[in-house]
Amino acid sequence: MKASVIVFPGSNCDRDIKISLQKFDIKTSMVWHADVKLPKSDLVVLPGGFSYGDYLRCGSIASKSRIMKEVISHSKKGGLVMGICNGFQVLVESGLLPGVLIRNINLKFICRNITVKVTNNKTNFTSKARRNSVLEIPIAHNEGNYFASKDLISQLEDNNQIVLQYCDATGNINEQSNPNGSMKNIAGIINKKGNVFGLMPHPERAADSLLGGIDGSLIFKSLK
Amino acid sequence: MKLQVIVTLKQDVLDPQGSAIKSSLSNMGFKNIEKLRQGKTFEITIKEKNEKVALSKAKEMCEKLLANMTIEDYSVKAIKE
Amino acid sequence: MQEVNQELAIKHGLTVGEYNKIIELMGRNPNLVELGIFSAMWNEHCSYKSSRIWLQTLPTKNKYVIQGPGENAGVVDFGDGDVVIFKIESHNHPSYIEPYQGAATGVGGILRDVFTMGARPVANLNSIRFGSPNHEKTKYLLNGVVSGIGGYGNCIGVPTVGGETEFDECYNGNILVNAMNVGIAKKNKVFYSIASGVGNPVVYVGSKTGRDGIHGATMASAEFDEDSESKKPTVQVGDPFTEKLLLEACLELMQKKSIVSIQDMGAAGLTSSSIEMASKGDLGIKINLNLIPCRENNMTPYEIMLSESQERMLIVLKKGKENEAKKIFEKWGLDFAIIGRLTNTKKLELEFNKRIVCSIPIHSLGDNAPKYKREYITYNYPKSINHNSEIDKLDIKDSLLKILSHPNYSNKSWVWEQYDHMVMADTIQKPGGDSAVVRYHGKNKGIAATVDCVPRYCKAHPKSGAMQAVCETWRNLISVGAQPIAITNCLNFGNPEKKEIMGQFVDSINGMKEACEALDYPVISGNVSLYNETNSVAIYPTPTIGGVGLLKNINNMMTYNFKDSENIIAVIGETSGHLSQSALIYDIIGNKEGPPPQINLKEEKKNGLFVSELIKNKLVNAVHDISHGGIIITLAEMCMASNIGAKIKVLGSNTDKIKYLFSEDQARYLIEISKKNLEKIKKIAVTKNIKIDFIGKTQSEIFEIENNLRISVKELKTNNESWFKNYNKI
Repeated sequence: MKASVIVFPGSNCDRDIKISLQKFDIKTSMVWHADVKLPKSDLVVLPGGFSYGDYLRCGSIASKSRIMKEVISHSKKGGLVMGICNGFQVLVESGLLPGVLIRNINLKFICRNITVKVTNNKTNFTSKARRNSVLEIPIAHNEGNYFASKDLISQLEDNNQIVLQYCDATGNINEQSNPNGSMKNIAGIINKKGNVFGLMPHPERAADSLLGGIDGSLIFKSLK
Repeated sequence: MKLQVIVTLKQDVLDPQGSAIKSSLSNMGFKNIEKLRQGKTFEITIKEKNEKVALSKAKEMCEKLLANMTIEDYSVKAIKE
Repeated sequence: MQEVNQELAIKHGLTVGEYNKIIELMGRNPNLVELGIFSAMWNEHCSYKSSRIWLQTLPTKNKYVIQGPGENAGVVDFGDGDVVIFKIESHNHPSYIEPYQGAATGVGGILRDVFTMGARPVANLNSIRFGSPNHEKTKYLLNGVVSGIGGYGNCIGVPTVGGETEFDECYNGNILVNAMNVGIAKKNKVFYSIASGVGNPVVYVGSKTGRDGIHGATMASAEFDEDSESKKPTVQVGDPFTEKLLLEACLELMQKKSIVSIQDMGAAGLTSSSIEMASKGDLGIKINLNLIPCRENNMTPYEIMLSESQERMLIVLKKGKENEAKKIFEKWGLDFAIIGRLTNTKKLELEFNKRIVCSIPIHSLGDNAPKYKREYITYNYPKSINHNSEIDKLDIKDSLLKILSHPNYSNKSWVWEQYDHMVMADTIQKPGGDSAVVRYHGKNKGIAATVDCVPRYCKAHPKSGAMQAVCETWRNLISVGAQPIAITNCLNFGNPEKKEIMGQFVDSINGMKEACEALDYPVISGNVSLYNETNSVAIYPTPTIGGVGLLKNINNMMTYNFKDSENIIAVIGETSGHLSQSALIYDIIGNKEGPPPQINLKEEKKNGLFVSELIKNKLVNAVHDISHGGIIITLAEMCMASNIGAKIKVLGSNTDKIKYLFSEDQARYLIEISKKNLEKIKKIAVTKNIKIDFIGKTQSEIFEIENNLRISVKELKTNNESWFKNYNKI
């Protein structure tokens, strides 16, 4: 498995994700946003951070950068793409994933450990997790409130595109366990084809027991 | 009556967001932009027939809440429905 | 250009005496640009004119110190060719005027101080203090400051891992925002600000210069009055995105061999950065102001020199390295301009539109800057007070819950969950513990850091208060298993022209000095913020201390949450029952009289080293420093962090019990130990002459004092966690 991590100006989890990918023996190279060509890769990761300072709308300016044309064509060919946090925002801004991420319902940045339920484990990104298992992974964002039209939400449900949902420690999906106001407690979705995955939680911050948890490892193990 | 309030950063105040948007547009091929500054608009419908009174209420809203007078300017106008 | 006279000099914050000294040093009248430069360099903020003679008395060396005060930040040796670089700085006045931007640019400034030295910043900490929660501005200021700190730190991607947030009415008119940053570098890749090499190019990088913050440094050196509102347009706006690019570009350039010296443009912008570099190298500097990248048209030399636009750096390059450097900054989309050269004239010479607009001998700005030995008084240790009548009838449970739900002692997760405290994936001890710990990236060692001060102690007796602040950081570092290495200080005081205030300052320095010497724990960087007064009401003396320690092996890191039930709970250190200035007496009863707890530095060191040894030998399961609220609050915090209960036994009358449980005697720790280690620990305690009280054991879910109170840990948590959420409900 070969991965490319795209570095936008303002990305700040690029190093963290690289370390996690390498820990799971995924060869990783860093690709600068202004590069014209994407190195041959099986997986492209759009990392967390504040690309372009999150100015205008989160992810909007990054989605117009030169390398994104390459990322889009990589995904069209069936290549894997994973966007974490700001990377998820870039994916929705570029149209690779449907819906939009708006400000957290409490209008505050939230950084803490939360729990998510693996609603769909039949994906390239979650196959090593049991269906309906609960993972503890941190979030750290200001705009992670997933919003979509009713029709789109039912499409996502019908096609099993909802992959991760915020839940409580025992797996109940309810308002109390929803940190940011996301519709249907959505924490991560996949495209119809199943090769583009966006998620707000940071698995790279939960892949080392010293950091307080290793539940995020399941995502890297699934990719491997 | 419907009012439109525009809040922008004062001319001398750094606008990081505006400059990032400007350089992105120019990377996309919009080469001749000289200056770009961003701001917010508010549409306020107020129960008030007298335009003067409505505008002065809106100004008060700006100074008390809508604009951060330390770094922002505002303008208000009535809009026809 | 406007004519310069005495009146204009006074408007610039200079005294008549200082103005005359300028004329004497120059041998002529200064022009407006020169006057502006003198006023910026000679104000309190840049010149330390009231504090310098006292700061010089502080200990600044131990075997770890590589660079003490005088540079952008201090440097300590962390072994294996690694160093840690850190500093704390205030941004009090700007944050009162515009809380979001003031706090954000405070974080930005301290980050630059650290990465200017060649370090990658790895941890932000802060100490923020507000007026009474009931004061009309407090909620606005709290929300603004917290989101400003988060806004900047989160965006640039440096975790905010620790700090303190407190309220006291003494800060109603002057809030405190002290920001600390810690960075890591290789020992052979540390950069300094000493310029060298006549003819070497002087380069400007980063953001463009605008009219931001003109005379911000002068503002930070004056008392507030109603007029301050009108000084608002000088507030700077922070751009963490650009700072992130600047950080990466500087670190990239630092990998090459092209930098002679580097200095960030902080207070007094281009003026102080250029003068500091040249003066340290005993050289001159010549700058063409037409070459400065400006944001606005028609900026004057005066405005360019005094602008405090953020995210800018000044670099002296080796000759011939200009293109190599330029390429890097262009890649990151930053301005890069060669604006001048180093000269041998020992003058600051500025050219604008082909005319020399300023020519000042550099030594007159620095070495000859005013230095005052201001009048001061000395504070005696206050007479002790008998609190028996106040506490006779107090209910222990009620007092416990009152403290736990008091704004100052409430759970602060509302604050630190707005900060990304995990980015960089090295935060191994999150906010809430005694110290934050970040793993030294890629290594098996860690950096522990903490920020502390108890202003009510400092007000009651400045010397003891300052000693206590130093000791508390020491204790907090010990508690996580780290070896305390050095401190940085942020000295927040009122108007030094008053002898009472100057007395607080002098006594604090003396206290700090004693504590640092006794603990071999020197000061390596810091900042002084004076004139924290509004309408002649000064803040409490607040010498904030930032402590940094080395955790040799991250697998030995200690935490404060209980690990299991049926373990033994013990108090290390002497509990004499000192209640004056405690959380109970000061904040709950409301009696603000009396002395703070005494500091015994020998006990402090002895007990600390004992706890260190226990941690190193894996004989303890949890350690928590006993501070605000005494044993009972410390114990409750250990329970709440683990959802494990405790049952302890206290003897005597209600008064005796309250004294034992709520007193704030110093040099104490609460520890959890397994039964199997008990005898070993007792033995070591005897040989080291350590006072140790075995007060009870851990148990499931219930917090209990025998024959007195029973309460579920869950209820404690509900009380402890509600204040911030309720206060900030929209």
